[in-house]
Amino acid sequence: MTELSIPDAGTPRPGEDVQADPGAAASTAPAQEDAPSRTGRGVRSAGFWLRRPGLVASLLLLAAVLLAVFLPGLLASRDPLAAAPRDKLQAPSAGHPFGTDELGRDLFARVVHGSLLTLQATVLAVLVGLVVGSLAGLLAGYRGGVVDDALMRLTDVLLAIPGLLLSLALVTALGFGTVQVALAVGVTSVSTFARIMRAEVLKIGVSGYVEAARASGTRWPSVLLCHVLPNAAGPVLVYAAVDFGAVVLQVSSLSFLGYGAQPPAPEWGSLVSDGRNYLATAWWLTTLPGLVIAATVLAANRIARALDGEDTEETR
Amino acid sequence: MTPLTPPAPASSEPLLDVRKLAISYRTRAGRVPAVRGVDLTVRPGEVVALVGESGSGKSTSAHAVMGLLPRGGSIDGGEILFAGTDLARAGESVLRALRGREIGLVPQDPSVSLNPVQRIGHQVAEVLLIHRLADRPAAARRALELLAEAGLPDPARVARRYPHELSGGMRQRVLIAVALAARPRLVIADEPTSALDVTVQRTILDHLAALTRERGIAVLLITHDLGIAADRADRVAVMSRGEAVETGPVRQVLRSPRHPYTRALLAAAPSLAEPPRPAPPERTGGAPPADLVVAADLVKEYPARRGERTPAPRAVDGVSLRIGRGETLALVGESGSGKSTTARMLVRLTAPTSGQVLFDGRDITRLGGGELRRLRRRMQIVHQNPYASLSPRLSVAEIVSEPLRAFRVGSRADRARRAARLIDQVRLPAALLGRRAAELSGGQRQRVAIARALALGPDLVVCDEPVSALDVSSQAQILDLLADLQGELGLSYLFISHDLAVVRRIASRVGVMRQGRLVETGPVDRVFGAPAHPYTRELLAAVPGGAVR
Amino acid sequence: MRNYLLRRLFQAVFVLWAAYTVSFGVLYLLPGDPATIMAAGGGDASTVTREQTDALRHQYGLDQPLAQQYGTRLLHALHGDLGRSVQSGTPVTRLIAQALPTTLQLAAAALLVAVVLGGALALLASWTRSGPLRRLLLSLPAAGVSAPTFWVGLVLVQLLSFRWRVFPAFGDEGFDSLVLPSVTLALPGAALIAQVLARSLRTALAEPYIQTALAKGAGRARVLFGHALRNASIPALTLVGVMTGNVLAGAVVVETVFARAGIGRETAAAVTVQDIPVVQGVVVLGAVAFVLTTLAVDLIHPLLDPRITTTTDRTAVAA
Repeated sequence: MTELSIPDAGTPRPGEDVQADPGAAASTAPAQEDAPSRTGRGVRSAGFWLRRPGLVASLLLLAAVLLAVFLPGLLASRDPLAAAPRDKLQAPSAGHPFGTDELGRDLFARVVHGSLLTLQATVLAVLVGLVVGSLAGLLAGYRGGVVDDALMRLTDVLLAIPGLLLSLALVTALGFGTVQVALAVGVTSVSTFARIMRAEVLKIGVSGYVEAARASGTRWPSVLLCHVLPNAAGPVLVYAAVDFGAVVLQVSSLSFLGYGAQPPAPEWGSLVSDGRNYLATAWWLTTLPGLVIAATVLAANRIARALDGEDTEETR
Repeated sequence: MTPLTPPAPASSEPLLDVRKLAISYRTRAGRVPAVRGVDLTVRPGEVVALVGESGSGKSTSAHAVMGLLPRGGSIDGGEILFAGTDLARAGESVLRALRGREIGLVPQDPSVSLNPVQRIGHQVAEVLLIHRLADRPAAARRALELLAEAGLPDPARVARRYPHELSGGMRQRVLIAVALAARPRLVIADEPTSALDVTVQRTILDHLAALTRERGIAVLLITHDLGIAADRADRVAVMSRGEAVETGPVRQVLRSPRHPYTRALLAAAPSLAEPPRPAPPERTGGAPPADLVVAADLVKEYPARRGERTPAPRAVDGVSLRIGRGETLALVGESGSGKSTTARMLVRLTAPTSGQVLFDGRDITRLGGGELRRLRRRMQIVHQNPYASLSPRLSVAEIVSEPLRAFRVGSRADRARRAARLIDQVRLPAALLGRRAAELSGGQRQRVAIARALALGPDLVVCDEPVSALDVSSQAQILDLLADLQGELGLSYLFISHDLAVVRRIASRVGVMRQGRLVETGPVDRVFGAPAHPYTRELLAAVPGGAVR
Repeated sequence: MRNYLLRRLFQAVFVLWAAYTVSFGVLYLLPGDPATIMAAGGGDASTVTREQTDALRHQYGLDQPLAQQYGTRLLHALHGDLGRSVQSGTPVTRLIAQALPTTLQLAAAALLVAVVLGGALALLASWTRSGPLRRLLLSLPAAGVSAPTFWVGLVLVQLLSFRWRVFPAFGDEGFDSLVLPSVTLALPGAALIAQVLARSLRTALAEPYIQTALAKGAGRARVLFGHALRNASIPALTLVGVMTGNVLAGAVVVETVFARAGIGRETAAAVTVQDIPVVQGVVVLGAVAFVLTTLAVDLIHPLLDPRITTTTDRTAVAA
């Protein structure tokens, strides 16, 4: 809560509307207000969405991207690989919403079909970071001592090497391709996941309720499962959402540099790269696929921000 | 006491005249009124206390006077006449010229109210520079005088320091120097000492009173502590739920309160509650049973921090005490005196560096593993902060039955029944069992924490400042609950508090701690009535509220 | 202070060693035979004959046990020898030294643009009283961090070079050719700085000491610049330190887009032909940049905030 604090107002602060319950009867009466009626809640949630057109648009866009991943044929009926030299380098029109490339292939179809490889790589990369990083962080925070020191020094070093350079080194060693790119990008987010998880484990480890659990004789594994993991999972998963947009960018960058899927398979980054030769004459070849990337990342970041608690006072 | 300006006659024009002030905050749920039609006057040179619990609107009213309402707050109606100008309708430039120049503010928490990256001298001189009362060199010189005036030794040295290099009390003196720098006509003191230790509190308030009295500066003192209001104010206004329910000369209001809320507040305020609890529970027949806990010569040292040559001072330095069965021993002392550490060592949440703890005749000092875990059934702790000690994700039923699960007591159904009984025992309605802790009020949470502590039927419950995070009225109820439970279940309490009045109300014996040592122990009546140690006397003298006792 | 510097120096050396070791691990230990990779030169590995790989393996000492390889390479690295490029045979250090100046120019310009642009945006957003303007300003960084760098570069080229002919599209001659690349490289950084500074300004402005300043009668300018900015600048400064390495890495993409010579182009080329020694050299260079800038930032911190000290013993006035 970074708002100016309201030191002494009879008004509830965001997010603590029920606990703030000031005044004398605080401890005798049960919390006064009953659950809001169903219609009241419906109206409130409609208001919630109406006040956030950006969030709604983001969700719709990501839904469209998911549709492109799983049912590309539904969005684009044309074959992304079918060349039609007579139609080459046509500007966007009703027939070709994104225009055509130098071989006459429909750019929209290529973007739609390219989403599969791009998103596969993204999800794989996030999963690598999430799983490896969380386990390392849990281990470091829970065991402490030498294990903690060693793991944290390792994350320090990983953070000292700029992410893109580390990815490039991994790509050099692993070779080119979608999976390789995904691994190369995933490794760069391991340290952050590890740090968040460790910080959560440490924070929760000294929290009042863990000490209370310990004071009532609860064993460690049970404390870890009942108190630490559920409470730590939130921030880690939120970071996964935050990371998603950044990973799309990194994956596209590597693909743009030509280290991703090999032609003619379409990938978002390589589509932009392919269009560079026609920069002066066919603006749509670079601009439109890039716009799709930017919009997807923007949408993912907006949703991540919503998950990160910016909107919590309403979602409660 | 020779005021520079003659005391204003009672009939003189009020300096500050608040009429029908109404303030509301904009929230998602719409506008929420915080102050509804408050009237308040402060005459020149007069000290007026604005008393109320948190959420009563007292600070909001005071901030409105300075035109510094937090974001979302706005004045809906009424007037704030300051020397004839209506501040409720005044523009920002008018207000800016008044702030610091005519109206000074002594804020609530000195530890965060000074800019951490600027030197003290600069921050004091800034007021004079803003209002062009002096040029740079003159302002710097004047800042030294002001610091000296505020009671800071060696002002030249202090002026070169940064806030973090000063103690809380010194910072509050700096803020007083800031508030008085431009010789304002009114000072608003917003809970000026609630963040400080009692002994520091008293000297700061004394000093503020002396300075303002000498200069004929009026003070609007905002406080939740009726004792402070009683000691310091000429007149008092009691606020509740956004309304001033009672106003009048301090003695009249406190001696013969007319409004029921004032009466309730007076009755609940522990700092003014007179009768101590009846002496230790009657021991029926036979030889007195052995003490439940006996601690001998407990010492706790924390390892020196990396890079520091001298080891940290002992947090606890040779404490010996005993707690009888069914008895309440209170440990009092200021923050950092080692009372919490002592308690944590008694229940083995922290291992003592040296010394011995006997629990029910058994040495538990070096107990570990399963033995220690089994011991946990018999000793429980209730924490200070009910907001932190309950996992926000669990329901009340789950929280209360957690210790039962840990020790595999009974079946799932048994545990649910036991949780329901416990909740009933702490006087909470059964409807709360399914709620999450985050949905409860502070007092309700503390009851849940107590229920959890009672789940395994312990012999000893350590209460670590259990009511200090609660409002006065909730405080009184929790204290009553603890006393009732003791009667029903024959519990022993170790009760930790910095509030002597709370201790007087709950404990039969009391130990006074200072800098890791137990300086005095004995029955509450004896220690509070005829303190033997000079520190105890100092502590007692510092308790506000003496004026109406 | 001297102890502090020594400790920091030791840490820096440790990080560099560890970065070297990690890159060695990545490039030499991962599945895939370095000799085959290098012999193929980014092409089809099946065309490489056994003799070619064996010769390379021997030439680069890859037939020795790994521990020994690591030892010799590390020893050489300590003497400033990072090996030779497989592609050209040039020593990696010379390759880097030749390419570094133009990239440094680009990186410095980009950092400057990022700090000025990001700082101005955050300050303006905190300064303005108009809610819509503030919301608009604060929504810009979200777009800035979401747009892929390569795409921004290409769009800028399309508009400012091809359509309006303000700046040259490609090349690395003169100041004009620096503008588009440095702005492109700066945008994500500027967006991050704006976000972080705006957020910490917001936090700082909500602190009680701001209330104290307002109660003194201070105006908006004094509150923002005199009280809030210095307190809020520390997270942004830390960010600038961390960003420098990323700006260097971003040069890989930007130099490719604008066809500029420099470290980035060399790196992209080296990765394409899987020139392991060059890639490792660049990774170590990135770590050096990180170590140097974080050290600089840590030395500046105490100047901004007296609570941060470079020495461990504090002299507090107790009362």
